[in-house]
Amino acid sequence: MRSSLLRGAAVTAGLALLLVGCSGPAATPSASAPASPSASAPSEEKVTLTVATFNEFGYEDLFAEYTKAHPNVTITPKKAATSNEARENYFNKLAAGSGLSDIEAIEVDWLPDVMQTADKLYDLSGDDVKGRWLDWKEAAGTAPDGKLVAYGTDIGPEGVCYRADLFKKAGLPTDRAEVAKALGSTWDDYFALGKKFVAKSNGVAWFDSADAIMQGQINQLKNAFSSTEPEETLIPLGDNAPVKAQYDSILKAAVDDKLSAHLQQWQPDWVDAFQKGKFATMLCPGWMLGVIEGNAKGIEGWDIANTFPGGGGNWGGSYLTVPAQGAHTKEARDLAAWLTAPEQQIKAFKAKGTFPSQKQALTSPDLLSVTNKFFNNAPTGQILADRANAVPFNPFKGPQYFAVRQVIADAINRVDVTKKQNAADSWAQAIKEFNALG
Amino acid sequence: MTWRQRLSRWDVKSAPYLYIAPFFLLFALVGLFPLLYTGWVALNKWSLVKGNQGFIGLANFQYVLAQPRFWDGVTNTFSIFLLSSVPQIFLAIGIAAVLNANLRAKTFWRMGVLVPYVVAPVAVSLVFGKLFADESGVVNAILTNIGLDPIGWHSNRFWSHVAIATMVNFRWTGYNTLIFLAAMQAIPNDVIEASIVDGANRWQSFFSVTVPMLRPTIIFVVITSTIGGLQIFDEPRLFDNFSLGGPDREWMTVTMYLYELGWNVQKNLGRSAAVAWLLFLIIVIFALINYAITRRIASSDTRPNRKALVK
Repeated sequence: MRSSLLRGAAVTAGLALLLVGCSGPAATPSASAPASPSASAPSEEKVTLTVATFNEFGYEDLFAEYTKAHPNVTITPKKAATSNEARENYFNKLAAGSGLSDIEAIEVDWLPDVMQTADKLYDLSGDDVKGRWLDWKEAAGTAPDGKLVAYGTDIGPEGVCYRADLFKKAGLPTDRAEVAKALGSTWDDYFALGKKFVAKSNGVAWFDSADAIMQGQINQLKNAFSSTEPEETLIPLGDNAPVKAQYDSILKAAVDDKLSAHLQQWQPDWVDAFQKGKFATMLCPGWMLGVIEGNAKGIEGWDIANTFPGGGGNWGGSYLTVPAQGAHTKEARDLAAWLTAPEQQIKAFKAKGTFPSQKQALTSPDLLSVTNKFFNNAPTGQILADRANAVPFNPFKGPQYFAVRQVIADAINRVDVTKKQNAADSWAQAIKEFNALG
Repeated sequence: MTWRQRLSRWDVKSAPYLYIAPFFLLFALVGLFPLLYTGWVALNKWSLVKGNQGFIGLANFQYVLAQPRFWDGVTNTFSIFLLSSVPQIFLAIGIAAVLNANLRAKTFWRMGVLVPYVVAPVAVSLVFGKLFADESGVVNAILTNIGLDPIGWHSNRFWSHVAIATMVNFRWTGYNTLIFLAAMQAIPNDVIEASIVDGANRWQSFFSVTVPMLRPTIIFVVITSTIGGLQIFDEPRLFDNFSLGGPDREWMTVTMYLYELGWNVQKNLGRSAAVAWLLFLIIVIFALINYAITRRIASSDTRPNRKALVK
């Protein structure tokens, strides 16, 4: 795969059901009657629509539901194992001009590339979907010329997950609300509490990986690597003071203050560290809950605090697009609009834990009442909804975002994980690599 | 000459070409055309997403040759290739010699060495990834238990190559063993017996009779593992979960660099194609060196033809 930022949403839903005992179609009827998204009268012509997704979108039961209501439509799902696979397929066939499915799911990290070729996508705008999504989610799916080309599916609002049992041993509060208070509101507060923790923790680290913290902080910069919108003008890395400041402070906390477990997310050592209890906190987008639950099987004490250093943050999430090359673009658009409606997205959340990006879903009692047994029965529906509302804006990520992000990830890991360089040398090398991207 | 005679003469002349034509047609389609088209892509500014953006000559090659990362990739590729191919050939000859002796359940053992080859490289990489994990890996656990320091399999350039070479050897040793075994069985028994009658012991007859008679096979295996080894991709790519070859590209091979340029970070197919062509040239040069060596040691009665080498 690739760096954590992509792995992020790639595992968005894949590994475990977020909701224990809440698998399969929910028996509770939806509070609001399902809206018919189709603006025009449904055509009676028989069509077959292919829908390409990756990992777990939680749509299996929804497909059946849709074909029941629309007997003339047959749906052929196509599921790629990873976001990576889907991405390669998408760009190869988009360039070729044929071979894509009627509906193609895309991931937020390659959305900028997709937006570069927005002219190859069907215009999905319509009154029936106006204002359906959180503003920043919808803005990201809107092409520079103002047409909506991607419907938001899920998002990754972040909280802080922590091990209450390890907190207790180190003399820190364990209750969800008190922990949120102790964590404070800034990154400095978060690191300060970490210092208190490692002083008494007997070798347990405060967080898992310096690059994961970098991910959290970079997503809080409106223009992390490029200066203007919508045209991307990269800021030379050597002149990028905000990113350099983040880099320095994170590595100081990770290495000098010994807060990091020096792991790289998704590696075998990282997976193993959950069982051995090598770190006490983690930045936690919604989809990460399932990952933690899978990796920390049999470990008790995980919980989630309703707070996030530096305000709010989003990590990962996906969209549906309708390529213009398809034969049934109109019918595909109707299906995509129906799938990304709040009612359906809540069902997907219950099935696979993908947290909805629709405004209406975020206030739905159906969602807010969800709790998670593994996380000490935390009200995850409510907490994640609060976290989603705390996300201040959608950071601008141009087509080059991913390349620069990779350079930074490598630079941090050279210091934090392989420990072969100090922060200054590694930064100098990062600048060289950045210059080679041209 | 009657028409019928003419037809049969034409038949005799052309038949061989017709028989081998399918291979060449197929090769032209899936070998030669992509090769030339890649060359064309390398001369253009070509983005994976936006397609061809115009002819830029050799700029892609200039860029690639100026990248320290490319040369890292070349170094890593050769290092992994040597660490895997050299021990592999010695091991394969040794195992083949054992299998060639009179064993019970001969077929079982002979099939047994091929089992690792059948296992999918992805599965091998996942298993070895667990073995070679820096903190939670079995290998480091054993090392610390016998009082040694754990090794940074994912942080030290050399050791990461050793770990990857281990994976490669695991898969390919058995395959090469069977090739050597077949060659050994083709060696007439009376030659070996004659050497033993002349007073050679088992070792001497193995090294003075068997190994020299394996020479053509050894050359064949060397050449095939050179071509395969320089294109190594699966094992290093799957050595960690990010598939880039480590934060400092400690185990990034040339093919991985090609992939990173074209599909991963820059989406620049032009530069990627330039790397592909450079790799092609490296392999051709290597093949020519091999060819020269082959001619020298093929057998004693054909003297190397100077003209052929000058070509």
